[in-house]
Amino acid sequence: MNTVAVQEKKVNADEKGEEKKVKCVVWDLDNTIWDGVLLEDENVVLRDGVVDIIKELDQRGMLQSIASKNEYDLAMGKLKEMGLDEYFLYPQINWNSKSISIKTIAQSINIGIDSLAFIDDQSFELEEVAFTHKDVLCLRAQELEKILNLPQMNPKFITEDSKIRRLMYQSDIERKKIEENYEGPQEEFLSTLNMVFTISPVGDGDLQRAEELTVRTHQLNTTGYTYSYEDLDAFRKSEKHKLLISSLDDKYGTYGKIGLCLVECESEFWVLKLLLMSCRVMSRGVGTVMLNHIMSLAKKEGKRLRAEFVSNDRNRMMYVTFKFAGFKEIDQVGDMVILENDLEHVQAFPEYLEVKIIE
Amino acid sequence: MEEIKGKIKVFLSRFFRKHELGDDENIFELGFVNSLFAMQLIMFLEKEFSIRVENKDMDLNNFKTINSTVSFIESKMNLVEAK
Repeated sequence: MNTVAVQEKKVNADEKGEEKKVKCVVWDLDNTIWDGVLLEDENVVLRDGVVDIIKELDQRGMLQSIASKNEYDLAMGKLKEMGLDEYFLYPQINWNSKSISIKTIAQSINIGIDSLAFIDDQSFELEEVAFTHKDVLCLRAQELEKILNLPQMNPKFITEDSKIRRLMYQSDIERKKIEENYEGPQEEFLSTLNMVFTISPVGDGDLQRAEELTVRTHQLNTTGYTYSYEDLDAFRKSEKHKLLISSLDDKYGTYGKIGLCLVECESEFWVLKLLLMSCRVMSRGVGTVMLNHIMSLAKKEGKRLRAEFVSNDRNRMMYVTFKFAGFKEIDQVGDMVILENDLEHVQAFPEYLEVKIIE
Repeated sequence: MEEIKGKIKVFLSRFFRKHELGDDENIFELGFVNSLFAMQLIMFLEKEFSIRVENKDMDLNNFKTINSTVSFIESKMNLVEAK
């Protein structure tokens, strides 16, 4: 019966069009991950199938966390014993309301609260979260078996980057701890990371990740244009376009493929249609490096460089990036601003990282 | 005016620690200025002096030296008072 119901639901969702995809699943513990209440019974056992769901979500590149009213050390100890502790980022195990825990998780990971799902067995908790955060997908733990089939839980593509997403976030947590304790100036800290920033043309194997980046990235995104796999494949092969992807590595590991850039080459000038960077690299200054790379390419070819910018409520930083790189507004078409740079001054790459350019 | 200048100097010294900035020294010529620095500068000025840096204000000339930043802030603050 259940599977039939799920399938029907899925069809309906598909008919309605794209559902907002979940990026992070937040779990309750008592009677959700395990049967029983830990404070009453230290020998609680895992619920059937829960480990498979957690591992499958992890494979799909979805992050997971915890919002549980419990004793932190006791609950983390139990998760460790079960071999599950490493799957959860920023677990909120405390006596706060769950709406506060949910908000803390979204802020710590730095993703929109509307990309979270929350699983709990108690209607009270689900309603409390739903009341405060209307856009969080709230799911009953009693219907655990349906979760993997929900369209919101099925990313369109599972890329190399999605499979290691949790590990990349975990290295970020490590880096942040060290950064917070570092006393010197920021650039000095950055140079201790031994960063290597690589810019290359989008290859065959990058197309899914490139599409994923256009869909997932909002904050560090100059226009928010989304392109399909087929669009991107066409740009990649087009003589009139440059489609570049970038990746970042440092001594803690890889950040993966984190940046994308599309340039349309006209005879007189080039137009930067899209420049985006994952917000995980926000404090690394690499958006400016990518922009400087495009600027010097255009300068070398003797073209002027224009850039489109479409404001959303979160991407002001990209406007600032353009202006501080010497771009000036020359036109406005609807909600799109066109900027131009005379390319008189192009900054050199910073000394705190190594830039590799693959032609 | 001296108070504004003092606050800006303290903020900038966090980024240009190896070098004592002169009041008319162009910070963009000193080396690499990234967008994070730019954003932090804008946010600092907005919060510290209760002003709003509009898109049209985001011109390198407004921020290239300590003195130009001070004049920019003063002009914004006068606007606020005039209202």
